[in-house]
Amino acid sequence: MSALTKAAMADRLFDELGLNKREAKEIVELFFNEISDSLERNEQVKLSGFGNFDLREKGERPGRNPKTGEEIPITARRVVTFRPGQKLKTRVEAYAGPGRE
Amino acid sequence: MTKSELIDRISASQSQLSLKDVELAVKTMLEQMSQTLAHGERIEVRGFGSFSLHYRAPRIGRNPKTGESVGLAGKYVPHFKPGKELRDRVNASLQAELAAEGQDGESNP
Repeated sequence: MSALTKAAMADRLFDELGLNKREAKEIVELFFNEISDSLERNEQVKLSGFGNFDLREKGERPGRNPKTGEEIPITARRVVTFRPGQKLKTRVEAYAGPGRE
Repeated sequence: MTKSELIDRISASQSQLSLKDVELAVKTMLEQMSQTLAHGERIEVRGFGSFSLHYRAPRIGRNPKTGESVGLAGKYVPHFKPGKELRDRVNASLQAELAAEGQDGESNP
């Protein structure tokens, strides 16, 4: 099954809302850009019904180069995590798995 | 940033569409994304990341009030994997903050 892409999202805005192709494409781009910009500013993103994008800071921890076995520390970093909202979780839980729908 | 703030910011960045149109567009996009996952399909947005489903095996749970054991069926949960560009941008902002703090520390010990 093919994955949902920005192009398919723009197509839906064109088909359902009657935006022109250029507007539809621009809105999809802005949607992901504004979310990314917010996360880059260390600002959580809360999309009710869908889920929250949170930021977490991870301290430095010991790591290893898997090829050479050499020990190298993994530096402190900030990462994005996604916590699905209850509504999305409930909808996804109902999915029976491949071939069982 | 909440959904309504996201709608405001998108609206401020473009001139053709009304706030109402942008609001409807955002709701349509989130609904399409939810529908996609509810059908067991993936979402792939280059630079931003991908959403997929992860399977959770059946397990024996416990009612915390009564202590009674209950069988919980296997289920799927949504999972997000940030893309390289988003990972790098978010981490770069931390490194920039740390560097700025380091400089403050030197000037104001």
